[in-house]
Amino acid sequence: MIDIVMMTGTGVLLGLAIGLVVRYFGVPVNPLVESLNELMPGANCGGCGLAGCSDYANAMATGRAKPGLCPVMSAEAVAKCCELLGVESDTTEPKIAVVCCSGDDDHAAKQAFYNGVNDCLNAMLVAGGSKGCTYGCLGLGSCARACPFGAIEMLPNHLAKIHADLCTGCGKCYMACPRNVIKLVPRSAAKVHVYCNSPKKAPIKRTVCKAACIGCRKCAKTAGEGQIIMNGYLASINYDNPPAEGIVEVCPTKCLRKAD
Amino acid sequence: MNKQIKFYGGVKLDEGKMTSNEPIISAPLEPLYTVPLQQHIGAPAKAVVQKGDKVLRGQLLGEAGSFVSAPVHSPTSGTVRELSSCLGPAGAQLPAVVIESDGEDTAAEPLPIFANWQEASPDELKARVAEAGIVGMGGAAFPTAVKLSPPPNVTIDTVILNGVECEPCLTADHRLMLEHTETIITGARIIARILGVKQIIIAIEMNKPDALEMMTKKAEGTGVEVVGLRVLYPQGAEKQLIYTVTGRKVPSGKLPAHVGCLVTNVSSAAAIADAVCLGKPLYERITTVTGTPVAKPGNILCRVGTPYSSALALCGGVKEDPLKIISGGPMMGMSVYSLDIPIIKGTSGILLLAADEVSQYTPNACLRCGRCNDACPMEMIPGILSSTIEFHHFSLAERWHVMDCIECGCCSYVCPAGRPLVQHMRRAKAVANATRRAAEAASKK
Repeated sequence: MIDIVMMTGTGVLLGLAIGLVVRYFGVPVNPLVESLNELMPGANCGGCGLAGCSDYANAMATGRAKPGLCPVMSAEAVAKCCELLGVESDTTEPKIAVVCCSGDDDHAAKQAFYNGVNDCLNAMLVAGGSKGCTYGCLGLGSCARACPFGAIEMLPNHLAKIHADLCTGCGKCYMACPRNVIKLVPRSAAKVHVYCNSPKKAPIKRTVCKAACIGCRKCAKTAGEGQIIMNGYLASINYDNPPAEGIVEVCPTKCLRKAD
Repeated sequence: MNKQIKFYGGVKLDEGKMTSNEPIISAPLEPLYTVPLQQHIGAPAKAVVQKGDKVLRGQLLGEAGSFVSAPVHSPTSGTVRELSSCLGPAGAQLPAVVIESDGEDTAAEPLPIFANWQEASPDELKARVAEAGIVGMGGAAFPTAVKLSPPPNVTIDTVILNGVECEPCLTADHRLMLEHTETIITGARIIARILGVKQIIIAIEMNKPDALEMMTKKAEGTGVEVVGLRVLYPQGAEKQLIYTVTGRKVPSGKLPAHVGCLVTNVSSAAAIADAVCLGKPLYERITTVTGTPVAKPGNILCRVGTPYSSALALCGGVKEDPLKIISGGPMMGMSVYSLDIPIIKGTSGILLLAADEVSQYTPNACLRCGRCNDACPMEMIPGILSSTIEFHHFSLAERWHVMDCIECGCCSYVCPAGRPLVQHMRRAKAVANATRRAAEAASKK
């Protein structure tokens, strides 16, 4: 009997103490921040440019940041944020990351054998990495480890592959890649991509990679005006005015491909 | 000389200096020179020639791009074939001027000669060092003229010439000290004149007794002191050298100038003497081509822009296939995968290693044995730092002085777990530099 009384008494006393502490020492929380926080994806990826989700919520509530900077949030969540803040809806175009390289082990020549730390930046610091092409994917997976959403798979033949359904376009991989192979493009226009990143002349590229863009301009001529732009010896898609998917048929090296 | 202070840490290495007795041979003219515009630390030089221009030997190809930069001069006479880029020893593409030699090797008008440099003003001499494109030739290639302009709040009282060459296998400085002893001493005195310094010390490691003897003999009566140092790697590292020679310790993050010292390589001193007394800009250097796979290892006087393959061909090519090619020495050199890389002002050696000389480690977990702490000459904690860096705690690594790392390789050399410690350090340093640059760029906006 006495133990039950003791336990109940202790419980009541502690509950009271907690209640009093909350009542008198509690830090007031802006209810707006709380409700914004609930709408946040909680990935803390930093894609908005702030330290994390709660930082962004705080920034929005205090007017330091606009809603819609978060690349991960759904359109509905952004609309709700705008409603809570009482501002006009202003969404950013959702983006997706693309690894602009086809140089896996089957296609790209290896010039050296690298057995150091398994990280792209480390490899870059040792004679620029093992692949012959100095613009392509190093294939050591720094981007995959940086991705907070597990959207990047390292293929066994050393090329990063982005799974479009998991990618939120937060840009972490883009920041992690020391070769700038990963590009962020508007999701709605991401139908075909040029999977090559080397601006070199075709003979140089071809000696190190069988899948490189040779700058033949076939795609640029076949596509409509301004849909594919030639950047020196490298074709690049104009994502404001993307070409139709059928264009991939004309590419002789198959580096112009449908989004995978 | 007898009771020398020993710096902390360091390792004893097999010297493997097989080319100590090979006299310097001059490389013949190449048909094509690829002269990188960035052969030094700092901003790349800005090209002043166009495609199709005729150039003469010693003519300016690129002028200094900023304060910390150095001009680049033509190694021979000929035509500029193109302004393109080439692969550098560090693996990055460097902007370069490709010169097609005309085979005549006509010299350009030399820079005005200082017939009596003892009378010339220090500023004039310093301007000449800058003009001649002289950089630290020990490997790091820091522009010497910048080094000779210490911050106004410090006074330099000691000039130390680094003839230690503690890196195994390399003998370029050793041969230079034997064959151009007087040039080095003149260079040392010019540096002392520029800085207004009385004390000049030439430091040589005891494993080069002939060079030590020769230097001591020639230095008599010139006011230059020659000291022999104990054989321990990395005795030739700037801060360790200052400590051993003068007993002064360079504080973390500070330059040797803060303890009143200036260290420069003997090759750079010789280049300064040539620039001042002969009006010759820096366009050639001595490179050691060595390693067991090389048929006839030797020391070659190469012009800047000579491809590694030509230097190797001059040494009789290879007798067996090398597994690894290193630009520089075995401890601090960079692995390269191509022989099309041009020799630059900082290329002290080309080292080829055979298959049985290259060890391949699979890195294991840190054993916490602490051998790296005992070996680190900078008194750092490489093992702990490497684990920190492995988990991307770069700011923590920076707080633990990762920027002090001189990348000498002692820690990796002694690590029983085969951990790539120096590689981790290099990464942290690269990240810290990138962060600093980003912060500077952001503050400018």
